[in-house]
Amino acid sequence: MENIMNKTKEIINDFILSIGHFFYNTIIIETGKIGVFFIDSISWWFKKPYRWNEVIYHMEFVGNKSMIIIMLTGGFTGLVFTFQAWVGLSIVNAENLIGPTVGLGITRELGPVLTGLIIAARAGGAMAARLGTMRVTEQIDALEVMGVDAKNYLVAPRILASIISTPLLTAVFDFVALCGGYFLNTYILHLDPAIFLEKTRFFVDPSDINEGLIKAAVFGLFFSTICTYRGYYTKGGAKGVGDATNQGVVASMVSIIIIDYFLTKIIGMFKGHGL
Amino acid sequence: METKEFAVNVEHLRKSFDGKEEVLKGIDLHIEKGKITFIIGFSGTGKSVLLKHLLGVHKATSGDVEVLGHKLSTLNHDQLIEVRKKFGVLFQAAALFDDHSVLENVMFPLNEHRKDLSKAEREQIASSRLKQVGLEEKHYNKLPSEISGGMQKRVGLARAIALNPEIILYDEPTTGLDPIITEMVDNLIIETHKSREGMTSIIVSHDLTAAFRLADYIAMLNAGTVLLYGTPEEFLASDNELVRKFVDKGIHRK
Repeated sequence: MENIMNKTKEIINDFILSIGHFFYNTIIIETGKIGVFFIDSISWWFKKPYRWNEVIYHMEFVGNKSMIIIMLTGGFTGLVFTFQAWVGLSIVNAENLIGPTVGLGITRELGPVLTGLIIAARAGGAMAARLGTMRVTEQIDALEVMGVDAKNYLVAPRILASIISTPLLTAVFDFVALCGGYFLNTYILHLDPAIFLEKTRFFVDPSDINEGLIKAAVFGLFFSTICTYRGYYTKGGAKGVGDATNQGVVASMVSIIIIDYFLTKIIGMFKGHGL
Repeated sequence: METKEFAVNVEHLRKSFDGKEEVLKGIDLHIEKGKITFIIGFSGTGKSVLLKHLLGVHKATSGDVEVLGHKLSTLNHDQLIEVRKKFGVLFQAAALFDDHSVLENVMFPLNEHRKDLSKAEREQIASSRLKQVGLEEKHYNKLPSEISGGMQKRVGLARAIALNPEIILYDEPTTGLDPIITEMVDNLIIETHKSREGMTSIIVSHDLTAAFRLADYIAMLNAGTVLLYGTPEEFLASDNELVRKFVDKGIHRK
């Protein structure tokens, strides 16, 4: 009996210890390292040589090349969200509120979050894989020994490009999603388009759109920093690159969901409505 | 009496990673300016780690590395970058930028550090370096993945000498290449060295035949220390057991 008690105690101790180790190593140490990496990298935004060509190149990669996927996702999100809003609101005969429900939901939450998640998977994954491959094939070492700071050349432009591109893509997502909502409202559900537009205009404030765009910029900052960090410090060969990409994308996606909650709370405090 | 001038001075260099076992256990090495020095040794003796200390990529746990009169441990980031401009490095797998064409790869260091030149001038220098290493013009616009391993080495060497460096480092330049390409790379090394007055060449290699053919000096590392440093003749005459074993095996295998 005593043996079983001791064994149980040992298992509980190990379990608590492993949670402690996880929090210490993954949350505290890793977050600290990513923070230092971020500060170190973005300090190059303010120092020569400026990499405007690289920023534009990566904006084209993060932004332009994601346009189709964002429009496609935005359109269908608008359609499905409008349909679900109609299902719910029609129960209480409040179909006239479909427009604002969809408008607020898309601009404040779904637009930035879904855009962030999609771009983290597409562009973030590509960043981690690219930098990881450059690391294991000594291309990053080659840059450094040629007197080029790898963070200046590879990381800083990617982070800046992501911060600029993600809100722009979110604006596209919002617009297409609202068009999708309008289409479903008017041509499938045969509801009055004027009410949809007027109520949306009345209830959706520019500050709601701004809130979504600010969130998107922060998501851009987070996924690009996490993914470039993972890629930059890749170890091993092809397996290392695969692991870095996987970890970068997963960590970015989880971060976006968690940060969204806190951002909503903080922005809500500034707007005076809390959560 | 002739006074020797040293390009690299390594004093009591020790290195351990994360406080674990030491890889370098007190290296003392003085590499003469304008000469070809081979660094040889069994696998895992710290050759590549030493090379990365010379480049300032790794920081010493203790001891000093002085390159062209600059003590690397005392340099800040910007000063280190200035020193690195005086280096050319040919990596084991060439480490060419895979999204840049052959010509763009060679132009890269010029684009970064010779902004005083026009684009046409930079292109001309890059072309002349590629010609020097014997690469035909029809390959200039190809991506590294579209040319052979031997050609990649040539491009890597052209990029390494693009800025006219004072020191050129070769990391296992012939590992994994067939005998014909190996000889071609060896010849390129000697031609490149001879083409520039005062250039110091440091070659980390397992290729003893090349070492005895090309080297002015050879340093053999063993277990994180310099086992023997001397001319090829001194190596051949050495009665140190490990040196003998390495030399005999290396030469017999060829």
